[in-house]
Formats: sequence, C-alpha cells, structure tokens
Amino acid sequence: MSSQSFCKKKRMLSSAIEDRIIHGVFLVCGLVTVIVLFGIFGLLFFTSFPAFEEIHVTEFLTGFDWNPTSYVKEVYGIVPMLVSTFMVTLGSLLIAIPIGIGTAAYLSDVASPRVREILKPVVEMLAAVPSVVIGFLGIVLVGPAIAKFFNISNGLNAVNGSILLAVMALPTIVSISEDALSSVPASYEQASLALGATRWQTVIRVKLPAALSGVIAACMLGMGRAIGETMTVLMATGCAPAMPKSFLGPVRTLTSSIAIELGEVAYNTTHYYALFALGLVLFVITFIINMISDIILHRYEKVSR
Amino acid sequence: MSPVTAEPHPKNNRKFNKKMRLVMKEQDKGKKKGSLLKIKVEHFNFFYDTTRALKDIEMQIYANTVVGIIGPSGCGKSTFLRCFNRMNDIIRNVRYQGEIYIDDRNIFDKSVDVVDLRRNVGMVFQKSNPFPKSIFENVAYGLKINGVRDKDFITQKVEKSLKDAVIWDEVKDRLHKSAFALSGGQQQRLCIARALAIEPEVLLLDEPASALDPIATSKIEELIHELKKKYTIIIVTHNMQQAARVSDYTAFIMLGELIEYEETNKIFTNPSKKITEDYVTGRFG
Repeated sequence: MSSQSFCKKKRMLSSAIEDRIIHGVFLVCGLVTVIVLFGIFGLLFFTSFPAFEEIHVTEFLTGFDWNPTSYVKEVYGIVPMLVSTFMVTLGSLLIAIPIGIGTAAYLSDVASPRVREILKPVVEMLAAVPSVVIGFLGIVLVGPAIAKFFNISNGLNAVNGSILLAVMALPTIVSISEDALSSVPASYEQASLALGATRWQTVIRVKLPAALSGVIAACMLGMGRAIGETMTVLMATGCAPAMPKSFLGPVRTLTSSIAIELGEVAYNTTHYYALFALGLVLFVITFIINMISDIILHRYEKVSR
Repeated sequence: MSPVTAEPHPKNNRKFNKKMRLVMKEQDKGKKKGSLLKIKVEHFNFFYDTTRALKDIEMQIYANTVVGIIGPSGCGKSTFLRCFNRMNDIIRNVRYQGEIYIDDRNIFDKSVDVVDLRRNVGMVFQKSNPFPKSIFENVAYGLKINGVRDKDFITQKVEKSLKDAVIWDEVKDRLHKSAFALSGGQQQRLCIARALAIEPEVLLLDEPASALDPIATSKIEELIHELKKKYTIIIVTHNMQQAARVSDYTAFIMLGELIEYEETNKIFTNPSKKITEDYVTGRFG
C-alpha cells in the first residue's frame, strides 16, 4: 500500500485495459505486413488467372517464343525470360559470392577494428545507390568497356547485367557473411591458432565451415536481390525478347519484360493478364529463395547457440 | 592485501631468483630426471598497452617436469602461460620485454616463426573448445594443416593420440560423430588429444579442469602424470590441491610478480616467503 502512495499520476484507464489496447495496436502493426503480402499474392494470382483462359499453362511455362503483339499469332512463352533471368543471376552470383565472402573474411579477420568500423558501413552504403544510377553506369561505363574487351558492337548484354547486379548484391552478401564469421566463437580460432595453423588456414578450415549456413543464407539473400532487380537490368542488358544465345548477347529478364510492356499494354487484354502471370512466376521464385534462406538462417542460429 | 603490494621489488626479486636458481641447480644434481633445462625465462616483462602485467620474471623449467602456476585471479598466470606459445600475439597493443628460451632459442627472436613455435608448444584451454567437426576430424586437424596427407598415417596418429589422452575406449565406436556430443570432461580430453596429435614438446594447460566435476578432474590429473613422461608441462590452476597433486615445481605469481618458485613440496610445506604461506594456506586469494 505504502509503496503505491508516491505514485501521484492518475490513471485514465485501468492497467488491464491499457494493456489490451497496446496489445491490439501492436497486433495490427504486425498483421499489416502479413496482410500486404497475402494481398499482393492474391492480386497477382487473380489478375493473372484470366490469361490462362486463352493461353495453355504448359505453353506459357515451356514456350520458347514471347510475341504478344504479333499480327499473325500471339505467343506467350516465358522460357527465354526465365533463362535470361537465371543467366544474369548466376553470372552476378559467380562474381559477387567470391568477392563478397573474401571481403567478409577480410573485414572479420584481417582488418584492424578501425578499418572495419569504416569499411563495413561503406560497403553497406553501396546498397543505398539507386538502381537507376547503377544502370546508368552500366550504359556509359561497363557497356563500352565490355564492348572493347570482347570486341563486339555494344556491351549491353548478360555480362553487363551480371556485373551490375553483382555490385548490388555485394552489400547484402558482405554484411551478413561478416556477421556470420564474426559470431564464430573466438575459442575455435584460438584452438586452431594454438595448433600451429596460419590465419589463412584458420579462416578457411575452421571459421568458414562454422559460419557456413550464415554465409549460404547471405548468398541466397543476395540472389533474391539480383533476381528481383529491374531497372538496372532493363537499362544494361539489351532487352531483346528472344532466346539468349550467349552471355555476350542481349537478354531480357522477367522483371524488365514486365517493366517494358506494362506501360504500353491495352487494359484487360490477354497480354495484360499475361504480364501479371509473369509477376506471379517471379514472385514464386523469389518467395522460394527467401524461404530457403530463412530456413538455413534459422538453423544456423539454432546451432550457434 | 596492503603489505603485499609493497613487498617484493623487482630488484630483490631478481636477487632472490638468482639465489633460487643456485639452490635448484644443487637440488637437481642429485636427481636423475628433470635435469635437462628445457625453458628459461629471463627478465621477462609483458605489457598490455602501458600496463605492466608481468614484472621481471625469471624462471627455469626442466624437461619432463610439471610446473604448476598458482596465484590469485588476475595475477597474470594465464597471461604468462600464453607467452610460451605467443598466443598473446593475437591481442592488439601488447608488448614483450625480455627473453623466453625454449631449447636455447629465444621465442621472441625475429627468426622464429610463430606458427612453428605453436606446433612445438601445444595448448589446452580452460573451456574445452572442440571444433564443430567429428571427433576424428578434431584430432586430425592439426596434422592436416601441417600438410600430412597420408590417410593411414593420420588414422594411426589419431588413434594413438586418443589413446594417449585416455579417451580412446570411450570414443572408438563413434569417431565420426560430432565432438559436441561428448561430455565436458571427454571434450577436454579430446582437446588434449588434439594437442598431442602434432607431437609438441611442451604442453600448456590453462586451468584444464576448472569446469569439470571431480571424477573428470581426477582423470585429467592422472593423464597429466602419464604425459609427463613425454612432455614438459606447464599448468595454470586455481586449485591449490591440484597444484600440489600434479606438479613437481610450483610457481606462485602475484600481481604480475613471481613471488616464489620452488619444488612443489617446499612451496606447500615450507615456503620461504610469508606471503606464499598465507596464500597456500588459504588466508587470502
């Protein structure tokens, strides 16, 4: 009783009601993202549904030609775009993963604390560069360089897109891999060094295996970023809607197809719905990748505890 | 505590050490074992930044003996132990002064490769720290990083090390299971096996039994007795009884100074300094 006496403030509501209100507010906040997610999925699903009244699903998923504005016969086959998307993504990961893990290893094991304090935010700031700016650099800088190096007429191709996407995926890969490497218990490192291992051996044979799931998750998240990226690839990959012939040829990804065509398509036509179907395919791909990385990351947290 | 801080000046200490060395030499003349000088510490100082953590230590350690290092928490015993394999190098802003000779070679000499040194001077940590690998891989690690590729040799060596660490019988049926499935005491013996696999000459034990129950502790102590035949062992311990049980010589360190270094028997029954007596009889610390 006496302990309560110094509390002068009058309560407007009883604490139980206050609790319940706050509980409700946070519940709504938490639900918003979930609702938005399901909303997007529902919208994509139901808007793309009419497309399949005219197009066969198998034709859509396995067709090699995408020509929705043909005067003869409109065809909707997404294989060229799927291939393009995977080419550009694979290329970007081939570049970004080695560099990203190398940078992470440098930051966590070689760099002095001061260098790390400066460098890590700088790497993370790379994520803040707008994608259109990176695309611009792809056109004026990377493109001509590739054209010159491979001696081809222009440098707007899959390699260009891969390089740019690698730059964009790097911050994610570096930042999360570095976290994973840094959270490997110092006792492993000490045990390894005390056995006469060099720093290099310690990083490769002890720290990286111990942090592997975190590093894999980092790469998956980087991949998610690369797959979903639109503006950069739209600007830098040439965007020919045909089956890509090589890494040095123009490609057109799922994302850039949607961005290019949605602005010009007639409302409520099969073409219009088909573009939503493209979005649905893309959504499913990124969703699966995110889910896998989430599972890996989760397992990693469990093990490291 | 106050008289303690004032007591042994480095100068006196040096004198005392000299005297002690003479005494020890005489003692060793009559001994068969432990007469070979393995490690010699001379005017050794260690600094964290500007803090002097170890003050002018002089010490001689003979081959195939166990030296126990005792002293209150924070006195610098672990720091001292980590000087022998230069594990302190991985901390920034530390500085050594003076010399530690192992087999007449100054380990701080520029020509000494710290990696080679650590192959020669094994270490077992306070908290057992097996790698998140299988039992076999844990022991094989030291061999593999040292470039051993011969699989049969590795298999033999792993078995021998595990036998030497008296854990073979407990793990022989699950060599390829995770080391984390072992109990704390088993993990610690595994860590000892891992250290033995690369055949060091000196073994540093940093409170190897502090996290273990009495049974596991006694197993480790028996093991130390066995290992003495092949290795020179320096063991840091908080536990005075343990020092009395396992070590041939005991060093008492306090506030970074080597107060007394004598045969274990003498330290515990008839120490020459009052402060040592106070400590070993449990009057402080």
